[in-house]
This record gives sequence, structure tokens and C-alpha cells, in this order.
Amino acid sequence: MASIAHWIKSFTLWELLKGMRLTGRYLFSRKITVQYPEEKTPMSPRFRGLHALRRYKNGEERCIACKLCEAVCPALAITIDSEQREDGTRRTTRYDIDLFKCIFCGFCEEACPVDSIVETRHFEYHFENQGDQIMTKSDLLKIGDRFEDQIAADRKADAPYR
Amino acid sequence: MFLDLLWIVVKILLIVLPLMFSVAYLTYAERKIIGYMQVRCGPNRVGPYGLLQPIADAVKLLFKEIIIPSSSNKFLFVIAPILAIAPALAAWAVIPFGEIDVSTTVAGKTTTTQELLVLADIDASLLYILALTSIGVYGVIVAGWASNSKYAFLGSMRSAAQIVSYEIAMGFALVGVLMAASVYQIDPVTDPALVGKSAINLGVIVKSQSGGFWHWYWLPLMPLFIVYLVSGVAETNRAPFDVAEGESEIVAGFHVEYSGMAFAVFFLAEYAVIILISMLCALLFCGGWLSPFEGIPHLEEWFAWVPGLVWLIMKTMFFMFCFLWFRATFPRYRYDQIMRLGWKVFIPVTIVWIVVLAAAIAYELPPWFDQV
Repeated sequence: MASIAHWIKSFTLWELLKGMRLTGRYLFSRKITVQYPEEKTPMSPRFRGLHALRRYKNGEERCIACKLCEAVCPALAITIDSEQREDGTRRTTRYDIDLFKCIFCGFCEEACPVDSIVETRHFEYHFENQGDQIMTKSDLLKIGDRFEDQIAADRKADAPYR
Repeated sequence: MFLDLLWIVVKILLIVLPLMFSVAYLTYAERKIIGYMQVRCGPNRVGPYGLLQPIADAVKLLFKEIIIPSSSNKFLFVIAPILAIAPALAAWAVIPFGEIDVSTTVAGKTTTTQELLVLADIDASLLYILALTSIGVYGVIVAGWASNSKYAFLGSMRSAAQIVSYEIAMGFALVGVLMAASVYQIDPVTDPALVGKSAINLGVIVKSQSGGFWHWYWLPLMPLFIVYLVSGVAETNRAPFDVAEGESEIVAGFHVEYSGMAFAVFFLAEYAVIILISMLCALLFCGGWLSPFEGIPHLEEWFAWVPGLVWLIMKTMFFMFCFLWFRATFPRYRYDQIMRLGWKVFIPVTIVWIVVLAAAIAYELPPWFDQV
């Protein structure tokens, strides 16, 4: 009996027609594609994009060259050299991030005791020459200046959860 | 003489140019429809709604270098795409696209007769089609062999075995059509163009289906119709029978080594055959250019102004859509299952139905086979 049912089922192409009905329905369903450059998906304040070095409100750079980020970086993407400044504080003379090595894990951000190195929401960037991927201290500070408002707002939004 | 020749060239261009245009937009329709069935948008960047996408693709392929592998058989490598496309185009010579009224004035007396819209009205046109669609496999086999590549060779072996097996089922399905069409009595008054032709002519096959939607052969020959459609999908190496290309297993099958225009020619041939098979389905099983409203009161008169060619194109487009629909729905068959389906299911089914059909014709089964 079961074999006859199976036989009838296969000769009426039942399962195939069922499958075609499904795809036929999807033909008319609403398309879920996000048309990227025009439309964008919502983004979390925790988004880990391009790095930046922040400053205090008075313009003083935050980084104290503790090298915790360099130590925690699993991809060894950060290189720091430091020196004593005339006013007696310790500051970096070199702060390089190789973005080809970086895995955007966010550990540097977590390790930083003064919220200096952060990852911004900015992710649409490219390099046109070899060597451009190494972000120097001045590059990172510039990015920080450019996105400071958003960086501060994102830290504030995320603060209750830390 | 020269004018006759020129007229033939014009007729060829009238068939080939729209065909090339349809091939280009069939690729667009394929990407769009499969995209829609996968809840995507498909191409929509080049031109409005992505309508210029096929042109962009063609330009890209034109400018790409044709690489001939150093260890390939160069002569066969170059000739394989030609072997693939020539039969795909040549088969169109005998496809009747409809009927036209031809008025001839002899000694002041005008007589109007109907003639078939066909490039070459040969008698055994169905046989010709069957032969040419089978020749198409040589392009695939030669391409795979000449490439001197394992994957290309595997692909061509698979497609050779597959096409040979499905050719038989397809042939049997056509035998059924011929049997049904041979019942039809050609009336020299209404069909002067068909006088002296036998049921193996595509025009006769279409005319024998006249009488309305329920008289088309898809209904009395339903199993053969399905076998023909599925074998057609298998013949063109389309999904779910695309083991010859099998992107995930053997990269791209027989045309891995081809690039640029040489690849584009294979592509063109594949899609031209898809359109051909769809049109044959429409002609052999769905009444060709006959109106679907024939014999239905009111509707028949309302749609009487629609030219037959429009019906034929609409029917063809339905089957082309089915090809894309199948591709979007079904996963690829396993190779041994393809062989099983071809030999152990389709061939017995067609033979059984031919016997049933013979009985139906012998006993003049009322709605279809009782016209004597």
C-alpha cells in the first residue's frame, strides 16, 4: 500500500510541484537586499572599525605610552616607542598600527586605561599605495579629531553596560 | 537568382538577430528571476532595472583574451565552439513561426492562400531537428577532449553519456507526437500549404492540434510531454541535470579552459538551444501559434486579432521561464540517478504510453483521435 502511494506520488511529480510552488511564491515576495551605497544596515555603538587616538578636551593627547595595547594585541599589529617629554610626562614618539595585521578584535580598546586608542564606526576606507596601511601616530590622532563627537557619544551610550 | 539569395539572407537575419537578442535577455531574465526566487534583487546597476547588463557582459567578454592552453589540440580547441553553435542556429531553419496570408493575382482574379512562416519548409523537419540537437553534443565532447584537462574531460564524458541516454526518451516522445499527428487529414481547401506533407513536418503537427486548448497534445500525450520537457532540460545540460558543468565538483566542466569570446560562443549555444527546446515544446505539445481560445465562444472572437506569432512567443516564454524555475528550485541530480531516470523510468514510460496511444488511435478515442 505504501509503495503504491509512493509510486503515485512520484509519477504525479508531487514533491517537485511542491518545491516549485515554494519558489514560485518567493518570486513575488518582498526582496530583502540592502542596496548598499544608498541603504545601510543599522550599526551598534560597539562597532569596531578604523582605529583612532583620542585627546582630552584641552587638546592634550590621552596616550601615556603604557604599552598595554601593544602587549595585548594578538596580531602584533601595534608598535610603540616612548620617551620622556620636557614636562616630565611619558609620551609616545611612535604609535604605528599595521591595518593589514590588525584583526579588529578590540582588545587594544579594552586594555587602554585612559580610553586613548579606540575603534571608530568608520569602515569605508581604502589604501592606494603600499605602506599606506601603516597608520602612524599623526594619522590616528587626525582620525580621532575628525570623529571625536561620535566616539564620545558611542562611549557614553555603551557606558551603562561596562 | 541573386535576389532570391538576398531574400534568404534577409530571412536568416530576421531569425538570427531576434534570437541573439533573446539569448542576451534570457541571461538577464535568468539572473533576475533566480535572484527574485532567492529573495534577492538580481542585476539592477547597469541601466534602468539593470537592463543593459547583458550588453555590459558581452562587451566584457569581447575584450577578454582568448587563451589557448599550450598542451591542447589547437585545431579541435578552436573548432569546438563552432561545432556547438552551428547546430543550435541551424535547427532554427525549419521552425515554423506561424501562418501568413499570401495573395496572388492571376488574370485579375485574386486568390488568398495561407503559407507557413518558415525559412526552409522541408518535409522531414522533425527528423532534422532531432538530428541537429544531437549533433550539438559534439561541441561539448570535442571541447572537453581538446582542452587536455581532467575536469573538462570529465565534464564532456558526463554530458556525452547523459545526452545519449536522454536522446532515446526524447525520440520516443516524438514518436508519440508523430503517431497522434498522423491521424490528421490535411484538407487541401483550408490548408493548401500542407498538401503532400506528412506528419513529420512541424507545420502539419501544429495544424493537427487545432480545435482548442484541450486538443493540444499536452493533454492526450501528457506523460510524453513531461518526458520531453525533462529530457529537453537534460539535453541542454541545465540544472538540475547540469553535472556536465557542475560548478561545485568539476569547476565548469567542458568549458573550463575557454575564455573570452570562445566561452561566450558556448554560452550563446547553450541559451539558443534552451530557446529552441522551449519553442519545440510549444510547437509539438502546446499548439504552436494556435490561439488558446479556439472553440470557446466570445473569447475566440475577442482574441482573433492577436497574430499567431504572439501566441507562439508567449508559449515559448512560458517554457523558458520553466527552465529558470527548475534551476532555482531543484538541487543537482547525482550522476547515477540521472542515468537511472533516463533508462529505467523515462524509456519504459514512453514505450507504455506509445502502446496506449496506439490503442487510442486504433479505437478512435473521441475527443482527439476520432477525425476520419
